Amino acid sequence: MSDNVLVRVEDLKVHFPIRAGLLNRTVGAVKAVDGVSFDIMKGETLGLVGESGCGKSTTGRAILRLYEPTSGQVVFRGVDLASQGVEGVRRTRRHMQMIFQDPYASLNPQMRVGEIIARPLRTHGLVKTAREERELVADIMQKVGLNVGFRDRFPHEFSGGQRQRIGIARALATSPDFIVCDEPISALDVSIQAQIVNLLEQLREELGLTYLFIAHDLSMVRYLSTRVGVMYLGKMMELSSSDELYDNPLHPYTKALLSAIPIPDPPLERRRQRTLLSGDPPSPANPPAGCRFSSRCPIAAEHCRSVEPEFREARTGHWVACHFA
Amino acid sequence: MRYIVRRLLQSLIVVFGVSVVAFGMLFMTGDPAEIILGDATDRMTVAQIEEFRVKMGFDRPWYVQYASFVGNALQGDFGYSFIRHQPAYEVITDKLPATIQLASFAFVLSLVISIPLGVLSAIRPHKPLDHIATVLALVGQSIPSFWLGILLILFFGVYLKWLPISGSGTWQHLVMPGITLAAFPIARNMRLTRSSMLDFMQRDFVRTARAKGISETRVVYAHVLRNSLLPIVTSIGLELGFLLGGSVITETIFGWPGVGREIVSAIGSKDFYVVQAGVIMLALIFAAVNLLIDLTYSLIDPRIRYGS
Amino acid sequence: MIDALSPMSIADTVRRRHRGGAQEDIGGGADTEADVARRLLDVRDLETKFYTADGTVNALNGISYSVDRGECLAIVGESGSGKTVGVLSILRLIPSPPGRIVGGEILFNGIDLLKLDDRALRKLRGEAISVIFQDPMTSLNPVMRIGAQITENIHAHENLTRRQARAKAADLLGMVGIPTPAKRLDDYPHQFSGGMRQRVMIAIALSCSPQLIIADEPTTALDVTIQAQIVELVKRLQEELGTAVIWISHDLGVVARLADTVAVMYAGHIVEKAPVDDLYAHPAHPYTIGLLNSLPRLDARQKTRLQAIGGLPPNLLGPQKGCPFVPRCSFATQICRQENPPVTEIASRHSVACWHAQSLAGGRT
Repeated sequence: MSDNVLVRVEDLKVHFPIRAGLLNRTVGAVKAVDGVSFDIMKGETLGLVGESGCGKSTTGRAILRLYEPTSGQVVFRGVDLASQGVEGVRRTRRHMQMIFQDPYASLNPQMRVGEIIARPLRTHGLVKTAREERELVADIMQKVGLNVGFRDRFPHEFSGGQRQRIGIARALATSPDFIVCDEPISALDVSIQAQIVNLLEQLREELGLTYLFIAHDLSMVRYLSTRVGVMYLGKMMELSSSDELYDNPLHPYTKALLSAIPIPDPPLERRRQRTLLSGDPPSPANPPAGCRFSSRCPIAAEHCRSVEPEFREARTGHWVACHFA
Repeated sequence: MRYIVRRLLQSLIVVFGVSVVAFGMLFMTGDPAEIILGDATDRMTVAQIEEFRVKMGFDRPWYVQYASFVGNALQGDFGYSFIRHQPAYEVITDKLPATIQLASFAFVLSLVISIPLGVLSAIRPHKPLDHIATVLALVGQSIPSFWLGILLILFFGVYLKWLPISGSGTWQHLVMPGITLAAFPIARNMRLTRSSMLDFMQRDFVRTARAKGISETRVVYAHVLRNSLLPIVTSIGLELGFLLGGSVITETIFGWPGVGREIVSAIGSKDFYVVQAGVIMLALIFAAVNLLIDLTYSLIDPRIRYGS
Repeated sequence: MIDALSPMSIADTVRRRHRGGAQEDIGGGADTEADVARRLLDVRDLETKFYTADGTVNALNGISYSVDRGECLAIVGESGSGKTVGVLSILRLIPSPPGRIVGGEILFNGIDLLKLDDRALRKLRGEAISVIFQDPMTSLNPVMRIGAQITENIHAHENLTRRQARAKAADLLGMVGIPTPAKRLDDYPHQFSGGMRQRVMIAIALSCSPQLIIADEPTTALDVTIQAQIVELVKRLQEELGTAVIWISHDLGVVARLADTVAVMYAGHIVEKAPVDDLYAHPAHPYTIGLLNSLPRLDARQKTRLQAIGGLPPNLLGPQKGCPFVPRCSFATQICRQENPPVTEIASRHSVACWHAQSLAGGRT
C-alpha cells in the first residue's frame, strides 16, 4: 500500500438486522452501507455527500469502529483494524477522532469544558502531571478560539458555535492524524458556519490533519474538500476531485443533486435548467435490484434494473458506477 | 395481526406462570397434606395423615401432580373446600358476579369523573378549577381506602342514614363501596389525562389545526384529546385489572359479598383450595383484561394498525 | 369602505380573490391609488415581546413590511432574528403567554387584524391566509386521516357537502403531485414520506383559495432534491393561482430562486429590504454583506477563504441600545452604539437600517 494512503476502505458493508415476529428473528436488514471502497490520502479532505439514508454517517462511524462492519476492511496507517481487537482499536483511536453533528447532544452536560478536553489526554496517558494537563488544555482551547478563562464552565453556558469549538478541541486533544467530521456545521446558524469551516481549514493546514468531511450541503463540501464522493442508498455513485465533480458530473444522480442545490444568485437561478427527480428514495431495507438509482433515474434502461453497475475509473481519478458513464 | 398473535402467546405464558405459582403454593411448607388438613392434623395420627397423603396423591412425583393439577383445572376442578362442603371452584364463581359488578361500577365512575376533569384542568391550567382538581387528586391518591370507607359509612350511613352501611342488593348499596374503590383511580386518571393533554397541546399539529381557523373546542376534542387518550388507555386498562382483584379491603369493610372478601375469610379458616382457586381466577381475569386492553390499543392507534 | 368589523363583512371582503387583474379598492390609507389596489398586506411597526422567567425577550422591535397581491416576499434571518414571530403574528399563532403583541398594525386588505376578535380572525385563518409549517413529520395529526385533515379546513370555511369536499380534497392532492390521490385520502400521515407530507400541508393551505400563504421554512427539514421539488411546486402554484407568498427561510440560496422581494432580519429588526436581484447584487447592510460573503457558492471558480461574520448570535433579553449588529460589525462607529438606525430608502424600493448605508452602497459595485 502506498505511503500516501492514510485510510483504505474496501468493500465495506454495514447491515443492521431487522427483527420481528414472536421469537425476534432476523427477517431482513437495513443495508445502510452496502459495499463501499475508497482511499483517503494523507493531508486531503475527502468529502462524503448524499441525502438522508445514503449511509454516509454510518460509513464514517464504521471507519472509526463505532459500528462494527458486517463485512469488508478498514485499513488505517497500514493496519487492518479488524485484526486489532478491542484494546488495539482503543489505542488506535488516539490517532483517529470524530467531530459530531449536534453540539447540544454530544457534550456531557455534567462535565466542565476543561474536563471534557482533558479526558482523552488522561485516557491515553498523554500527560503526566496536572500542570502539564492544564497547559495542554489551555493551548488547545486557544487554538480553537475559545477563551481559556471559560474552562470551568459547563456546555449549556455556551452558544452552538462555541460548543462545536469545544467538540473540535476535544477531537484535537490527542493530536490525531485523522478526523471524521460528521455534519459538523448543519446544526449551526449560517453566519457561524463559516467561522467553524475556516477554523477547520486553518487547523488542517497548521496540524497536517486529514479529514473525512461528511455533509449533505454540497456547496460547503465542495468548498472544503479536495475530493468528493457521492453516496446513494448505501453505495458510492461517484468519486472524483471537487472541481471535476462540478465541471463534469458523470452520474445522473450527481447531476440531479447539483441541479437541485440552490445558488444565491437570482438571475442565475432563473436561468438554470433543473433536473428534478420524481418520487422518494427507496428504503435501505429494500433497495431496488440492479442499480440502486434505477427507480428514479431519468435515463434508466432495462439493463440498469437488473445488473448493478461496477464502480470503475471512467477517467483518471474519476470513479463512477453507471452503465452510461 | 402478528402483534395480536404475539400478545396472545404472551398471555398464555402468563397463565402458565400463574399456574406454576398456584401449584407451588401447596408445597410452601414442604408438606401439602399438612397445609390441606390444617388444624385437623392435631387430632390425627401419623398413619392417618399418611393415608390422607396417598389418597390425595401427594406422594406422586411433582410433575405428575402438576399434570393432574392442570388437567383438573381445565375441567373446572380446583379441589374441594372442606369448610364449606363445596367444590372450591363454586365457592369462587358464586361470588364473582358481585365483584365484577362493584369493579365495573367503580371503573365507569372513575372514567366519567376523571377524564372530563382532566380535560377541563388542562384547558385552563393554573386557574381555580385546575387547582381544586389537583388538590382533590392529591387527596384521592393519599387517603387509604379503608379510612375513606369507614368515614363514608360513618357519615352517610350512621349519621345521615341515607345509605345502607353494608351488604348488597340495591343500588344504594353500591354507592359507598363504589366511591371508595374509585377514589384512587379517579385521582390518578385525572392527573394522567391532564398531563397528557398539556403535553399534546404543545405539539406542532395542534398549531396547524388552529391555523385552519377551526373553533378552539374542535381543536381540543378532535385533535388534542384524541391523541392524549392513547397513552392513557393502557394504564386505565391496568386499573380495571386492579379493581377486579384488589377490592379486598373495600369488600371487607362494606360486607360486599365478593371474591376478595371470600378469599380473606378462606385464608382465615385455612381453606386452602378456595384460596388457590381464588388466586388463579383473579390472575386469569387480570391477564385477560390486559390482553383486551392491548388489543384495543392496537386497533385505535392507526400507526400500529396500519403499520408503515 | 368597510364600516363595521362584523365577521360577515370581513368574510365577504376576503372572499374576493385576485387573479392578476385590477382589484377594487378596499380602503386603508396608502400612498397612491395603484399602491392601495396592489397592496394585500401592510405590517407597520409591529412590536412583540416574550415575557419569560429569564426576563423580557424583545422578539420584534417595530418591524414594517408589505406584500402585494401575487408577490413572493422572502424573510431571511437566523435563529433568534424574529422572522417566524414576525410573520406568524399576522394570524396570532404565537403562544400567548408568554408572547404578546405590544404595538403596531397589521393591515390586510385595509383591515387591522390586531383589532379583530377571535371569531373574525378564525374566519381568516385557513381561508384568506393559510400557513405551511416547517416540520412535516410533526405538523399533521397522527391519528386523523389525511383526507379528513384537508376537508376539515374546507368545512370550516365553505359550504360543501361531504362528498363535494372529499372530491375537492382529492383534486388538491392531485394538484400537489401526489399519485393516486383518491385512494390516499384515507391514509394516515405515517404512511407518507416527509416530502409527501409537506405536499399534503400545501394542499391543506390551498384548499380554500387563499390570497396569502405563509410558508414557515417549509423545506428546511427536507433533503435537497425533495426541497427542489417542493420549491418548484410552490413557484408553479403561485404563478397559476396568483397567490401571494411570504417565505421564511435562513437559506439565501432557496430564496434567490423563489422571491420577488427579500427582507433580511436581525435581532428583531428588518435591517434591509430590496427586490431580489438588487439585494444580491448590491447588498447595503453589513449583515447582509457578511452573510452573502460567508456562503460557499457551488459554482465558485477559485477557492477564496470564506469571510465569516465574527462574534456570537445576538442576545434578545433586556433593553437594547443602538444598532443590534454593533458587536459583529466592522463598520460600527459611535452613533451606531448610541442610536438604532432608522430605515432609509437608498434606491428604488431598496431600504436599509444602517447609519453607514449610503457610504457602503456607494463603495460597493
